[in-house]
Amino acid sequence: MYKNFFQIIRAGINTTFQDQGRKNLNHIGIPFSGAMDNRNYLIANKLVGNDLNSPVLEFAYQGPLLKYSGKRINIAITGDVNFTIKNNNTLINGNCYQTYLLEHGDELDIISTNKSVYGYLSISGKFDLKYQWLSCSVNTKANIGANEGKKLEINQKINLLNINQILNNKTLNYLNTKIENIRVIKGTNFDYFSEAGKKTFFENEFIISKLTDRMGMRLEGSKIENLVDTNIKSEGLIKGVIQVPADGNPIIMLSDHGTIGGYPKIGVVISADYDKLVQLTPGSKIKFKEVELSSAETLFKLYELETQNLISQI
Amino acid sequence: MIKNISNLGDAALYCDFGKDVNKDTNTKVIKYFKSIKKENILGIDNLTPSYNKLIVSFDLKKTNYQNIKKLIENLNIDINDDLKNKKIEVPICIDDDFSLDIKRLEQHLKISREKIYENFFSKEFFCYMTGFIAGMPFLGDLDFNMRAKRLETPRVKVPKGSVGLTEQFANIYTFESPGGWNIIGNTPLNIFNNSKETEPNLINPGDLVTFKEITINEYRNYNV
Repeated sequence: MYKNFFQIIRAGINTTFQDQGRKNLNHIGIPFSGAMDNRNYLIANKLVGNDLNSPVLEFAYQGPLLKYSGKRINIAITGDVNFTIKNNNTLINGNCYQTYLLEHGDELDIISTNKSVYGYLSISGKFDLKYQWLSCSVNTKANIGANEGKKLEINQKINLLNINQILNNKTLNYLNTKIENIRVIKGTNFDYFSEAGKKTFFENEFIISKLTDRMGMRLEGSKIENLVDTNIKSEGLIKGVIQVPADGNPIIMLSDHGTIGGYPKIGVVISADYDKLVQLTPGSKIKFKEVELSSAETLFKLYELETQNLISQI
Repeated sequence: MIKNISNLGDAALYCDFGKDVNKDTNTKVIKYFKSIKKENILGIDNLTPSYNKLIVSFDLKKTNYQNIKKLIENLNIDINDDLKNKKIEVPICIDDDFSLDIKRLEQHLKISREKIYENFFSKEFFCYMTGFIAGMPFLGDLDFNMRAKRLETPRVKVPKGSVGLTEQFANIYTFESPGGWNIIGNTPLNIFNNSKETEPNLINPGDLVTFKEITINEYRNYNV
């Protein structure tokens, strides 16, 4: 029998296990998946002393309420998140990027993310999870990954293995910053759009709509005019691709995207801006700025360096 | 051969094999896909072949566009090499409960259901690509008189195993999903097996597929 586990008292809106994602299966219709905000995912693992590619719990908007049973364990939460730790006598208001000790009977209440979408919970140990194609990442549309490919449900039990208690609490001084300008490289169907359409894309504001999830982000506010054709022969997609269907409202493909799509691609979000893009909440205004491939590569190197610096500070 | 290679964003190559959607072009795509896959090139983390394009995505931490482009341009690909197509027979039941759109097809194509099925069952299909949803095979080509448009209003839920037709293609819904194809039957065969660690999908690009009619009793007893 398991001695250490979380009981799910409230599941949250979209709470799933995620890790680095799964490679080399796009050709059979299985997308990459993985933690949406990779930087915050890595930091969560480093804080509790885990391998950086360990599975964590990802939550969106409202997180889960978890009751802990077992021996002492460290936890950390990353992102911009409101949470409390409750035991018999006390209520602690938690800070992100700091480890906490959980004891038998404690309740961890991940109340909400602040003006952001995703947050991460890591533990100094392992969630007892089944790997599927070398990854635990849950894709709820195809029911792939740990927890039978489903999000967490109320009253569920999550068993834990190999618990280590870290002796010293760890903290990282880090503040998530927001972006409004999303940098993009022109897409392979850029010339499908009228001069006015291209201008709209780079000069107007777009608003992130409520129809946004791990698969994609739908934008509204300005319509992009197409001159050539509103459909293309279906072809492969990658995360960050911005497709424009016939209605002129762009859709950005995110980590759980369908692997094939038939709408013209006007642009692709650069890798350096992806983590920050996915954290923008519905209603946020964004603008697209064009960059060349070489700048995008440099910007990614800088972003990576910054991530590595943060990790090495822990 | 690849007509043009360009970048799709900063972490993928877009290999363009032309505008046409036909077996010849698609066979070239599949040969490139298989050859690149076999090479296990460092940093490549996905290959997505489609009718006439191949997208090669890579980990920008490990490599970049110029490196991967050079490697792919210098690959020695034997375009005359046999595809080694696998042949697969898919049993389907066309009972009224399963052939949800056969009446619509009769009206749109102006062909009787008997003729539609006769044509469909006599065909050997070529798998152009798999995807959109996990394991879904895009099988072509239907004869010109068998090509119908998608439903005006897609179904919210198409049952698992449904076999549908749209334009020049037939496909199989590997699990319940929204969709707009004209459904003409259902297969009890598991086309996509979630629990298989290797080769979870039965039908791969380049495979040859025929359909065989089964009765409702055979359908019910199929997995027993």
